[in-house]
Amino acid sequence: MTVPQSARPGLYYPKMPLGWWLRRPNYIRFMIREVTSVFIAIFLVVLLIEVHMVAQGPEAYAAVVAKLRSPGWIVFNVVALAFALYHTVTWFKLTGVVQVVHLGERRVPPGLVVAGAFVAWGVVSLFILYWLLVRS
Amino acid sequence: MPGNDAYQHDVLVIGGGGAGLRAAIAAAEESGRLSIAVLSKVYPMRSHTVSAEGGTAAVMRENDSLDMHAKDTIFGSDFLADQDVVEAFVKEAPGEVIQLEHWGCPWSRDPDGRVSVRPFGGMTVNRTLYAADKTGFHMLHALFQTSLKYDKIVRYDEWFATSLLVEDGRVCGVVALNVHDGTVRAITAKAVIICTGGAGRIFSFTTNAAIKTGDGMALAYRAGAPLKDMEFMQYHPTGLPGTGILITEASRGEGGHLKNKDGYRYLQDYGLGPPTDKPVHRKMELGPRDILSRCHIQEHQKGRTFEGPYGHYVHLDLRHLGEKLIDKNLPFVRELVKDYVGIDPVYEPIPVRPVIHYTMGGISTDIDAKTRLEGLYAAGEAACVSMNGANRLGSNSLTELLVFGARAGRAAARHALERPAVSSNPVAHLVSDERKRLDTRFLRADGRERIADIRDEMRKAMEDGCGIYREKATMAQTCDTLRRLRERFGRIGLMDRDAVFNTELIAALELECMLDVAAAVAHSALAREESRGAHTRTDFPKRDDARFLKHSLAYRTPDGPRVEYLPVTITRWPPEERKY
Amino acid sequence: MREETITLEVTRYRPGHDSEPRTESFAVPYQKDWVVLDALNHIKDQLDGTLTYRWSCRMGVCGSCGMMVNGVPKLTCSAFLRDYYPGPIRVEPLANFPVIRDLVVSLDDFMEKLRRVKPWLIRAVEKPVSEGEYRQTPAQLEDYKQFSMCINCMLCYAACPVYGLAPAFVGPAAIALAYRYNMDSRDEGYKLREPILSESVGVWECTFVGECSVVCPKGVDPAAAIQRSKVAGAKDWAMAMLMPWGGRR
Repeated sequence: MTVPQSARPGLYYPKMPLGWWLRRPNYIRFMIREVTSVFIAIFLVVLLIEVHMVAQGPEAYAAVVAKLRSPGWIVFNVVALAFALYHTVTWFKLTGVVQVVHLGERRVPPGLVVAGAFVAWGVVSLFILYWLLVRS
Repeated sequence: MPGNDAYQHDVLVIGGGGAGLRAAIAAAEESGRLSIAVLSKVYPMRSHTVSAEGGTAAVMRENDSLDMHAKDTIFGSDFLADQDVVEAFVKEAPGEVIQLEHWGCPWSRDPDGRVSVRPFGGMTVNRTLYAADKTGFHMLHALFQTSLKYDKIVRYDEWFATSLLVEDGRVCGVVALNVHDGTVRAITAKAVIICTGGAGRIFSFTTNAAIKTGDGMALAYRAGAPLKDMEFMQYHPTGLPGTGILITEASRGEGGHLKNKDGYRYLQDYGLGPPTDKPVHRKMELGPRDILSRCHIQEHQKGRTFEGPYGHYVHLDLRHLGEKLIDKNLPFVRELVKDYVGIDPVYEPIPVRPVIHYTMGGISTDIDAKTRLEGLYAAGEAACVSMNGANRLGSNSLTELLVFGARAGRAAARHALERPAVSSNPVAHLVSDERKRLDTRFLRADGRERIADIRDEMRKAMEDGCGIYREKATMAQTCDTLRRLRERFGRIGLMDRDAVFNTELIAALELECMLDVAAAVAHSALAREESRGAHTRTDFPKRDDARFLKHSLAYRTPDGPRVEYLPVTITRWPPEERKY
Repeated sequence: MREETITLEVTRYRPGHDSEPRTESFAVPYQKDWVVLDALNHIKDQLDGTLTYRWSCRMGVCGSCGMMVNGVPKLTCSAFLRDYYPGPIRVEPLANFPVIRDLVVSLDDFMEKLRRVKPWLIRAVEKPVSEGEYRQTPAQLEDYKQFSMCINCMLCYAACPVYGLAPAFVGPAAIALAYRYNMDSRDEGYKLREPILSESVGVWECTFVGECSVVCPKGVDPAAAIQRSKVAGAKDWAMAMLMPWGGRR
């Protein structure tokens, strides 16, 4: 327990300026990550609509797909893909920090954990691509 | 705002470093009925214990014994330690370091999970526990964090105790300044424990932090308690030139070499040889600090040291230890040298020179940390319980603050349990007196003397007269200078007149304390006409057991310190010549 | 020859007199081996005795002298003038904290949070001292050692925008210390600390900006401690939801 320092009316409480996030590269990267989630969210909503339309029958689905072929939506999808990749990369880079992996007594170096995550990601992606291409 | 009884406690600890926190916890464990307070001019985790690096000594292994630890300590002290105190110390040391282990201190470990021990200067076997080379840091934080679990321990963080409350010869609290708002209050207690650390800052070149200004020593001294063995100021042989930053003795314990400008391990020329590749206990670089510091000066006089912008220095060479060992056991040394010297000790030798490190003297206490004033206790570097004598062995001080911090806490708690509460009435006028003094002497004074000038001149006088080698004429001059500085201090003027966080006022109060302590050091040194441990006189080069096998006691008088003497307690180790 | 100088632009705030902080410039001698703290001490000793700041060990371990130097939280005892040459150098109080005076900020909030996360070793049954130490292998020590290096200097809080925007956030240093004890093989207090870390102002408030770990002068990596605490907390939650007997730990 600390003795409460008696009333100090003179304390100055600083306020965060609106542009605080422009001050440091890490803050900017953080804000980009926050903003990108809006795009990802829209992409997911669209995906849900597509799934819903599949259930409504082939015509309804074709109509949506046609709409999505417009240049605006294509640009949106490219941007959303880029942002999704950015998210994925930052997420996997985090694994080195978050996941402590032990092999026997020794701790696996964080770099190796990150590399492992990226390799796993690549393998899974290739498999999905292969599956899609062979099936279609 | 807390009511008046918020400022009444059973046990009040002044100082929140290792000794203070250990004392507070010990008092809290002694009885759940006690209200305990820790008052400190800084947040406890800022205390200087944090800077201790090398380790803490205790008998932990089968190849060691309490008698061996006791003998090393007594031998190192140049037989000025009280042997009953040393025996109690070595006996309680293992329990204390294990207790700290149970409180979470991250001691470095052997592969089998036991705490590791390393060699240290003046010790016969490996008995220094360590947490890499941040032992003090880890001990302090473990103690501080552990102290947080005791609701009974109340903290006054950033309060400065300005005087002891003494009533009928009995200490019953302090008057203290709340740094945050400038108010002055009485904080009463049935027992007061002073754990404010040493006074290395009375010198200009020191490893000590800015806060180590001997405040608690001065508090007790002014209240009439004597300061014991103040002439013994320890030089640590390896500080960084310029900043005085400590390069731990553990770097030599791990096998580092001291070399002069020819790359020669010069300690072999001073009876510390023969040089070996692996460190040998009590030989060469593992000799005691007082001897190694003197060797440096003699080497300088032979013209065999380097000259740099901050004076002469030698090399501490760690290169042969290799990067792996340095990173494992001396990471802080590497970090400090890289940051402050701009070199990497893995590839280059470190420039080092002796630097003021530790105040062996302090408030005179008995084996239970009791001072000569009723109700007043002291522990840690602020106290002189007489276990370090004329020269402290490295790694004994961290253990000392545990053992005697705990003893002080228990003794003060028992004293408080037996005593009726302090009446708060008589102290009211003492508070207003102190308020008046602060206002008239400092806040409303319009003197022309500046703190920095007096402080720098005091430090220079101490370096000149009370350095590694001392002699009568210069010491007398230092005493004289200190007297004149004391007068000038009476004409001090502050630029800062504000109530809130007035650090200039604190600096003035600290300087006042330092002037008192410095005078005690210089006068005690002048009076001791022999060479013993850290006190080396060119005009009296031999130890003189017939006249000076005794402790000095400095009492404060209006005309300056009065020095008396007290016999040394000898139990089983009769004085002999100290040879390594 | 005139001595070379460097300018320090120092934030001044005098409670009761100033309604908000202002900046004052001081020219100090430019010395290559001086740190910002040396320059502040020069100002206090020679130019203006009212300048107010905290400092003590001047070797980077007591944690007193944290300030914003050119907008970045730094220990001023290890921020060399030469790295900011030719200046000017902006010295401000640590961001995100209430300012008491000039460069001194209030730590009351942190001190309370530190106590709340129970940063001490918790045992179901304490082992008597007479039975000796708890065994701990070097590898077990390694699991938490890094997180025990925190000097409570508050640089991480000054770097954390979440703390700036939501001051109730327990924050990097306190969480790192809670994690330090959770990871200690001798400790059995995880269940007591977990509720504090899992509440809304606990680990989940962190959005992983990561700047706390960038500015940490002791390599503690509080961001890692927070993310790992999230993983542990999430695992507990999942176990409690999925398993009939609840989470084990």
